[in-house]
Amino acid sequence: MAAVTSKGHKVWNRALIGIVFAVLVIYLLPLYWISSTAFKPRSLATTVPPTVVFEPELTSFVKLFTSRVQMRGEVEPEVYQKAPWYEKRVFDSGERIIKDANGKLESSGYLSRFLNSIIIAVTSTFLAVAMGTLTAYGFSRFKLPGEQDWLFFILSTRMLPPVVVAIPMFLMYRTVGLVDTHIGLIILYTAFNLSFSVWLMKGFIDEIPIEYEEAALVDGYTRMQAFFKIVLPQAATGIAATAVFCFITAWNEYAFALMMTNSKAQTAPPFIPSQLGSGVTDWTVIAAGTFLFLVPVAIFTFVLRKHLLRGVTFGAIRK
Amino acid sequence: MLARLDPGSASARRGLSDIAIRNLFIIPTIVFLIVFNIFPLIYSLGYSFTDFRASGSAPANFIGLQNYRELLADEYIWNNFTITAKYVLVSVGGQVLVGFGVALLLNRKIPAKGLVTTLLLLPMMMSMAVVGLFWQLLYSPSWGIINYVLGLEDFGWLSNADVALYAVALTDIWMWSPFVMLLSLAGLSAIPQHLYEAAAIDRATRWYTFTRITLPLVTPLLLIAIIFRTMEAFKTFDLAFIMTSMESTELIAIRLYKMAFQEWQTGKSCAMAYVVLIMVLAITNIYVKYLNQAKAR
Repeated sequence: MAAVTSKGHKVWNRALIGIVFAVLVIYLLPLYWISSTAFKPRSLATTVPPTVVFEPELTSFVKLFTSRVQMRGEVEPEVYQKAPWYEKRVFDSGERIIKDANGKLESSGYLSRFLNSIIIAVTSTFLAVAMGTLTAYGFSRFKLPGEQDWLFFILSTRMLPPVVVAIPMFLMYRTVGLVDTHIGLIILYTAFNLSFSVWLMKGFIDEIPIEYEEAALVDGYTRMQAFFKIVLPQAATGIAATAVFCFITAWNEYAFALMMTNSKAQTAPPFIPSQLGSGVTDWTVIAAGTFLFLVPVAIFTFVLRKHLLRGVTFGAIRK
Repeated sequence: MLARLDPGSASARRGLSDIAIRNLFIIPTIVFLIVFNIFPLIYSLGYSFTDFRASGSAPANFIGLQNYRELLADEYIWNNFTITAKYVLVSVGGQVLVGFGVALLLNRKIPAKGLVTTLLLLPMMMSMAVVGLFWQLLYSPSWGIINYVLGLEDFGWLSNADVALYAVALTDIWMWSPFVMLLSLAGLSAIPQHLYEAAAIDRATRWYTFTRITLPLVTPLLLIAIIFRTMEAFKTFDLAFIMTSMESTELIAIRLYKMAFQEWQTGKSCAMAYVVLIMVLAITNIYVKYLNQAKAR
């Protein structure tokens, strides 16, 4: 820190960097552990001492997508020979995949939950960002009586505990038949993300110099044209960052999904833990489900890394 | 504040008027939020004065303030609040210690600093439910890696009534320290270097430099982090709900959930939701005040 760099200082500095990397390793250990468990054979997932070196395999992912039963005896050699590789892996672990009369594999339900998660997160993100961008522009560029109060109102809706909102929403949804529907969750997630999107987008739009629009207006654009042709392209980065944040929030949401859905529109977060209770826990399967669920979040975190501070402070603090 | 477009200029008057555009852009959002957030709350305020049970077919009877009276007299509920307070204190305290500590460590030249920071931020971007789930794997009494590393045999982190709450808090600390770290780092990197140089010339001790320069200048951002985390910890549902189901970990949000969706005491749970709501709004108010202060700097 100081301008003086003595030898003692250098050693001290190096020790601190060492500590930083030690902290990093400890921090990432839980993530490494769940990821590696997803690729372990079942017999090595819960050993004492914990297994670190093993031959990675994909059996748990096959199990994740299919419904299986424990086999009593050995599988017949003929059947085993004819089976495709993924079925062999399941046979190897002493289970067999349940099939219907036509030989179609029975699904475990994970895939449909995963697709529900995608549909609901993408749609609600689109709605929240579209409405949020317009509203942010309105707040950024026009005078509105009681502006600060409105902005506080908008933010406060985000801070409501999910359970508090869920009780009356459940009663209302039950009356209109929106319980366990995609639309029901999409509405809830849009409302939840909308306030965040307004605050974050307002920060981004405030940064776009107003002179651009004024120049466009002088050139004969209408205010609307100026918004669509000048402001929106300028705000593209902000819109993308906001969208990714909204997507992650909707993707991760658990409480609403738990209370408002049970099967048809259920998303992955309430589904993955629900497998814990069913029969003997196969941790490799749960780890595989968790791993697939976390991959998009990890990728998006890297995409977002420059905007994280902004996102977590609702656009108030920029770097 | 930003300069606004002049609504009177001739060019702005082409097409839709400014007022029309403003209303067109803002009103849908306000209406949406009122319909899906405020209206339900008004609806539940009504139910909070009744003995309605959503599981039965009996009509709701108006019982006045009885729900609120019962709640405030219920020792069990006070216990839930005590548990929540303990949880908030431990988990936010831990996050500040770890987060600020790591930020201090990171606030120097470090190889691959961007990558290190991003990797440290991963946990807070994840789903609470899924994090709670895989920490159960780590906490497992007989073969969990935590017991193995600590050399404990068959210690049930999540089944021991005295420890479970703190075990959940530890997971929360793991997950959210990066949040405190991120804000602290922003505060630390904004401190002008010349202050430290001046302190070095004056032969100030490290402790003096830390308490008189570093700490006061980071405090505004640190406060934002603390208030935000306090609010979130107060609302915690997912993590504790997934990880354990003991009486000693029954946070206020979990009690509320059970009351509403398992015991089906709809009227009473609406009343309780209002008690929680008022507390959250109070903290939100403080939070926004500090956010606006930070923005003004």
